[in-house]
Amino acid sequence: MAILHTVNKSPFDKNSLERAIGVAKEGSSVLMIEDGVYGAIKGASSSAMVEAAMKTVKVYALSEDVSARGVNDRVIDGVELVDYAGFVKLAAEHAQVQSWL
Amino acid sequence: MSEGTTKQFLYVNRKAPHGTVYALESLEVVLIGAAFEQDVRLAFMDDGVFQIMKGQDTAGIGTKNFAPTYKALGDYDVNKIYVEKESLDERGLTEDDLMPLTYEDEDDDWAEKPSIKIVSRAEMADLIDSSDVMFNF
Repeated sequence: MAILHTVNKSPFDKNSLERAIGVAKEGSSVLMIEDGVYGAIKGASSSAMVEAAMKTVKVYALSEDVSARGVNDRVIDGVELVDYAGFVKLAAEHAQVQSWL
Repeated sequence: MSEGTTKQFLYVNRKAPHGTVYALESLEVVLIGAAFEQDVRLAFMDDGVFQIMKGQDTAGIGTKNFAPTYKALGDYDVNKIYVEKESLDERGLTEDDLMPLTYEDEDDDWAEKPSIKIVSRAEMADLIDSSDVMFNF
């Protein structure tokens, strides 16, 4: 059963992203929102963990939150940006939504 | 306020800018405090370095974009801004990713000079140690 894991905290401040990735099973998705989008940055201390997860889990970041934080040019290749409508679509496509706060 | 003791004020910024209200609150306190002619210094470390990232555009999330306001700090004589190198490194950032904050030096024919200084964690420790009053955000 595919779950959409949303993460809204910075990986440099909280372990929410690490915990979400830790329980996300193959075929599940992780969506970074709010300060969670800092987890999409390449070349950071969190990047290797995210890149490893992307082998089994689809990783998304909310484009509005990415733009607000000025990190558009720094997103890891393969992290898919979605807008608010895309967020709703993802929520509808997955059996459950688990929020990591 | 020219008489009396001038104290070293240090504003310590450690939070990312848009997820919580800390960054905006800090900026407002700094701007209000600037009127009191104290020796003001700003420190950005941990997720606080994200506050002064270039290219922030909050139109999509419907909140006030206060990032451009940092560029006005120089006009309020707030021109000692310290950014911790280790915090930038951990986030894959360099000084080039930060807004070029500057001030005009009245003692040098109003030459435009950079306000930002990148410092090590050890230098940050000295900065904190030499401050009389600290505000933490």
